[in-house]
Formats: sequence, structure tokens, C-alpha cells
Amino acid sequence: MTISRRDFLRVTVITGGGLVLAVSAPGCGPKSGKVSEFDPSIFVRLNPDNTVAITISKSEMGQGVRTSLAMLLAEELDADWNQVKVEQASYHDRYGDMSTGGSGSVRDLNLRLRQSGAALRAMLVGAAAKQWGVDPRECRTENSFVIHATSDRRLHYGALAERAATMPVPADLKLKPKSEWRLLGKDRVGVDVSDIVHGKAIYGLDVKIPGMLYASIERTHVFGGTIKSVDKTAALAIPGVKDVVQIAPVGPDINLHAGVAVVATSTWAAMQGRKALKIEWDLGPRVTESTDSYRAAMMASMERSGSEVVNKIGDPDGVLAKATAVISSTYEVPFLSHATMEPMNCTASVKGAMVEVWSPTQDPRWAAASVAKALAVDIKNVQVHVTLMGGGFGRRLNPDFSVEAAVVSKQVQQPVKVVWTREDDLRHDFYRPCAVHRVDASLGADGMPEAWRHRISTPSIDVWYGDKPKPGWGPNEADGAGNMSYRIKNRSCEYTLLESGVPRGWWRAVSTTHGVFATESTIDELAHVAGKDPVAFRLAMIDRVVVAQPPDFAEFPFDPARLKGVLQTAADKAGWGRALPAGHGMGIACSYDHLGYAAEVFEVSVANNKLRIHRVVCAADSGPIMNPTGAKAQIEGAIVQGLSATLKERITITGGGVTERNLDGYKLLRINEAPLAIEAYFVETDAPPTGLGEPAMPPVAPALANAIFKATGKRLRTLPLEIQIA
Amino acid sequence: MDLVVNGAAHVVLVEPRTTLLELLRDSLGLTGAKQGCGHGECGACTVLVDGRPTLSCLRLAVGCEGESVVTVEGLGTAAVPHPVQRAFAEFDALQCGFCTPGQVISAVACISSGEGWSDDSVREWMSGNLCRCAAYPQIVAAVRAAAAGG
Repeated sequence: MTISRRDFLRVTVITGGGLVLAVSAPGCGPKSGKVSEFDPSIFVRLNPDNTVAITISKSEMGQGVRTSLAMLLAEELDADWNQVKVEQASYHDRYGDMSTGGSGSVRDLNLRLRQSGAALRAMLVGAAAKQWGVDPRECRTENSFVIHATSDRRLHYGALAERAATMPVPADLKLKPKSEWRLLGKDRVGVDVSDIVHGKAIYGLDVKIPGMLYASIERTHVFGGTIKSVDKTAALAIPGVKDVVQIAPVGPDINLHAGVAVVATSTWAAMQGRKALKIEWDLGPRVTESTDSYRAAMMASMERSGSEVVNKIGDPDGVLAKATAVISSTYEVPFLSHATMEPMNCTASVKGAMVEVWSPTQDPRWAAASVAKALAVDIKNVQVHVTLMGGGFGRRLNPDFSVEAAVVSKQVQQPVKVVWTREDDLRHDFYRPCAVHRVDASLGADGMPEAWRHRISTPSIDVWYGDKPKPGWGPNEADGAGNMSYRIKNRSCEYTLLESGVPRGWWRAVSTTHGVFATESTIDELAHVAGKDPVAFRLAMIDRVVVAQPPDFAEFPFDPARLKGVLQTAADKAGWGRALPAGHGMGIACSYDHLGYAAEVFEVSVANNKLRIHRVVCAADSGPIMNPTGAKAQIEGAIVQGLSATLKERITITGGGVTERNLDGYKLLRINEAPLAIEAYFVETDAPPTGLGEPAMPPVAPALANAIFKATGKRLRTLPLEIQIA
Repeated sequence: MDLVVNGAAHVVLVEPRTTLLELLRDSLGLTGAKQGCGHGECGACTVLVDGRPTLSCLRLAVGCEGESVVTVEGLGTAAVPHPVQRAFAEFDALQCGFCTPGQVISAVACISSGEGWSDDSVREWMSGNLCRCAAYPQIVAAVRAAAAGG
């Protein structure tokens, strides 16, 4: 690989010794069009005391990104891991896309981080060789030392920093082959773990700044509701309450609900003041909407062609019309809340045109841009500091909570922390959309599917954020369904938008959480009707996706062999086909999600309406694994969170708002309900690495439902499954 | 009122309806214990009061007069961690870590109550502590290891 130093990196000597390496990462940078401008997005500081500080521009929410990204750079640098420090980037334009989501952090930054480490290592070797008067090729590096073995000399990186800053970068930077990895591919405890277990880690909720007040906000409980009048007299009389201010609703892309904020000297006083508010609401046009009204509309749309044909090949309608037997299955899923353990919150300080925000955000750029827009200030005057997050799962991409804090601080002219209660958090989320799917399919004489027509109705996520329905907007909602990778001659996917006032957003793995439930359950039903083995049935049909679909990432094309690979591995590891104890059933499902491949096998039994999960086996392929500890945690987390959604979670809409109030109504899977052992196997295909946060989520629901069918003969097609775990 | 927190005596003035959690977090600056639900459902606010695991979001501060409170900050230090803290780190028994202070405190109480002896006993004891990231298998492993080691 050839890298020109001029357009790739810059080195600065820092006062008192040491150097800063700034690396430009084209493709990740802001799309300003000014390619000639040096635009660094990765920073490494090498200090004279030999510590290496790596700036991470992605947000940490438990997925281990601060650890895995630092490992990528430290590996090529041959740095002593114990001397690596991670620094969190605050929002700045130069970091480009800072959003953390879509399982994209390792995928997007892998190459540049490793090149940066390799470049710095080459400069350090050059500096040492020059000092010793030897050929750089005779030097090697290890644990932050450059070593010249033949003369038994070694120098610390810190001691070489100043000279290294003047060295050229070799034109042919080679990245280490996997066989030479020292850090990558080995278990590594997260960089924040020690702080976390000692209660020292600072989340958004823990931020405290001088002169800070606390705010609690009463928001409309009916989506789209507005305020007619507010009587704040009683609230202002509560000791500690400083002010009561209104929040005007803001529409798509910021999505603030109408509300009234009580600002006080403590959270307790703010809550008391909030209870004393007298608000007259205009409930707005959405007040008649409910889970029942949505279900009726979605069910009705199953009976007719979709308003958009997402894709179609052959003549599925014609074949189905003539088929002797049509297997028709209808699947239903509810709205889901992210229910992060840390409720939404944000601290902001607005002083004139200057804004400073401390936010547990997955997208500091979107937060900054939204704050700037809402307050009508220049984005250059908006600082966003990113705190640790008590979970994200897509919820914290949204800028709403950051904007609220800034809006309140501006009105009271003091720093304010807006704290959401659990009730606020559950009732004002951006929910995984509810959906109904119907698949009508028929089998040919060979027992393989001949026709497949998949109808979907769901409220669109894109439409919620202000996009107008337009041709080509359906495929996102049909992800995991319209683009399924089974070769069927006559095949279609149709989509009908459900009108809804409920905010929708990206919930871990997004649309595949329901699309794959429908497709992988139906495939299992067809295999059963055909009398074929579900694994062999799938393997015979997995192929390149032949229907029209949104363009994939060019560098990461779908590879059917990898999907077959994880399916076969999961089946082999689970002992697919072996005799099971009486009453046990084994189910399998696979999916391609966020460029990752996963297959899961569940072994279950059901007695007295109580489900026992005896074993969960997962095989995943997202290329080489950087930190096995973190990768395994992502697999297990996705599976257990997927189980929680499959078995228990449901947001119910009544009167245009959310019915559930707290975690006694919106139940999450507990430790005594979770499978004790989850076996995760990685098929490490030699392909560019992709992320693991999401791919293990979609197969959970269908693999479990398919296993329950094997154990009981009952097909469960409505989530949550309402079977108690024991 | 008087109380002892992590071994240090405190004399504090509190509103009668202030919760123990608010006292710890807002007045004493001990932000280890977290508010996750304010409803006794999630366990993120768990602390020890006179050795008993207590949901500090439901406990009034004034009710702790004269009692001894231990939060996650009072268990051990980075240099000398408590065996449970060491086990949670070693077994990677966390992801985002927001629930971890409550999990660690519950685990300490689990072991001192003699309930760390089996996977099932640990799962039952720890069932009041939610983990949305679902580090459950590692949490069980960490508590078992700490119980066996202690």
C-alpha cells in the first residue's frame, strides 16, 4: 500500500517532548467537498513518559468500542497496552461522522487506525535507526520499545518521540498479518472496567458542573399533544423550585414533545414542582390511535397488494392462484422500547451565543447541529462533550434530550441537568415499530418453494424523521424480508405504510428484528410441510440476492458462502439431528444483518406452559475478531436482549400514548430467566472486519419459535411469545 | 442527621422526603449508585445498609439515622479491589456498566448470605438487578468465582 504522508498525516512536536500524530481519514470526514484541506480525525499523542493517548471519536455504550478501536492502533504501533490511554473526543467537525450505530465503528475505522499505528511505528523505528546509525530494517519493535538485537540496544518510544516527528513515513507501509498479532485476537478487559466496578465511571447522569440546577419535564402523554395553558403557581411555591418554563414542540429530525420544565436546586424539588403543575392539554389528532386501531389497519392491508412493491421476480401471484396448497402465515410484533438502564438525561450550559453540552449521546454531531438549530446559534459555538452511556441500542442517536437541556438552560440562563424518570423514558422513546407480516407460499413438485409473496405493514422509521414516502423507501422497512437470500423463482415483497403518531427509531438491528422473524419462521414451516430437514432446506436455497434491493456497501458484498458457513457451523456445534430427550425440540434460524452473518440453534422444552431453554448455540461471521472478550459479549448480549423482546417486551398504545409506566409494566428478562450458557463460535472468514453489535439479534425470535414448534407442535407467530421461562 | 457512609461519619441536613439515593448522589457526591427506575424494579441503586442490600431509591434518608451505609465506592480501590469487584472485571461481567454498582453490592450480599454456592442460588438472589446489556452469564460466573475464592 502506498501512502503519501502529505495527504494522510501530520506530526507536531509538543512542548516538553513527545509528539502528536494527526491522521486524516477520508471517507469518514465531513462531506464538505474540500478534499484539499487536511482534515484529521484520528489523534495519537506519544508522551515522553512513554504513554500513548489515543483519541476515540465513537461513543461508548457498553459495546467496547473505546477498547477495540484503541487496540487496532496499538497493535500496529506495537505499543505497550498497559501504557495506552483512551481519550474521548468532544464534538468537532474534523471527526467527520461521529455517530455510533449500525455496527459500523470497527468497519469504518479499522484500516485508518491500523495505518496510523503502522505509520507512527515506522517513524519511531526510523528515529532509532538514525540515532544508532543502523539500517531500520535491522530493528524490530515490541511493547513500546525499538530494539536493535545485534547490538543489544533498545530505546523507549517516549525517548524517541521528538526525533520521530522529523522522520519520513515509508511509502510501503505494511500492516501486520493476523499471525503476527500480539493484542488483536486476544481477550482484553475493557479500558473502563476498573472505573466501572469501583463506581468511578461518569455517565451522563453523574455529570455535575458548578451552579447547576436540575430540571424535570412534564411532556404530553399523547403524541402530538400541545399545551393550552399552564398554571405554575403551586409549582413555584415548592421550596427549591427556581423557575417553570415551557418547551415548544419541534418536529421531524429533532422531535421535541410539548412540555413544561420545572427547574430547581435538586431533583427532588424539581419532581415535587412537576407534580404541582396544572396543565391543560390540547390532545391533538392522534388521541384516537391505539394498538388495536393499528392492528386492524395492518391486518386489513394484508388482504390487498401493498402500496409499494419493494421487489418482484417471476409471477408469485399467478403461481399462488393456481397452487393446490398455499401455506399462509401471519406474524405480529409490537412496538418496543430501548429501555436503556440509564434513562435519558443531559446537562447544558448556555451563555449568550455559547453553548456547552454534556450528553450521553451516540451522535454528538447530530446533537450539536440540532442544538444550534433550536437555539439559532452557530454550530461552531456549540460544544458537545460525550459521556459514557448506560446503554444506547440506537435510542441515543436521537438529539431530543440534548436539545431539551439546551432549551431549558437558555431560558433560565444557568447550567441545567434535565433528568428523565423511567416513566418519561418509557413513554417518550423512539420505538421499534409494530408490524404485521403475511407470507403466502407454495411448494413445487420437488418440495422446494415455488412462489413466495411477502406483505408487510408497519409505520416507517424514515417517514417519522420527515422523509416523504417515495419510490424506493420500502426496502429499509423490509430489511431481512425483501432482501432475504433464498433462491425462489417467483418472489415478491410488498409494503404498506401504517399511519401512526408514535415516534419510531432505530432499535438494535432495526427492521431485521421483525423481517427475519417472519422469513425464518416461514422457511421452517415450509420445510416441515415439505418433510425436509430445515438446515438442508436452507442450504439448498441460499444464494446471491437476485431481487432489486438497496445497494450494499461496495467493499462488503453479500457472500452466500458465508451465510451457509455460519448455518453449517451452528448446526454442527449444536449436534443438529441427534436424538433429543423426550419433550425437547431444536430450532434454527440464520440471517444477514449489518454486513454480518449469524445462525442460532435453540434447544428447548415446554412443560406446564413454562419454557426451558437448555442450550443456545450461535455461529457468527463478521470477519476477523479483534477482541474475543468483547465479541462474545456482543453475541451474548444480542441473544439475551433478543430473548427479552421475543418473550416479554411490548409497548401498548392507548389513547394515542404509551400505556406502560415503568419496568413492572414493560418487563425485561431477568438473570434467573436468562439462559445460563450461550455458546458463541466465530467463523473468522478472511474478509474486512464488520461489526457485531447487531447481527446476532435477528435469528433469536425465529430460532426460538422454531424450537418451540419442534418441542410442542405449536407455531407461535405473535410476539411477545407469552410463555414463561423457568 | 448522623450516618456513616463507607466508614466515614457524616452529619447532614436533609429534607424529610429525600431518598437515601439522592443524599448519596447529590449531597455526598457518591455517584456510584444509580437511579434506573425510581420504583424498586431495576436494582441499580442497591447499597448496603447495616450490611443488608437496600434499594436506596425507595429508602428515605432520614430512616438511615445512625446506620452504616456502604456503596460500591466503599468496597475496594483500583489498587486493592474487593474480591467481587476483581471478579466482575476478570469475568467481564458487564457491558455498559450502569447497573454494575448495584450488581456488585447485591453480589457482596449474596455471598455474605451464603447464597453464592450454586448457579441457581446466585440467579435467584441476583434477580432483582436488571442488566439490559445482558451480561448475565458472566455475572453468574463472577459471583460464583468470588464466592469460591472468599
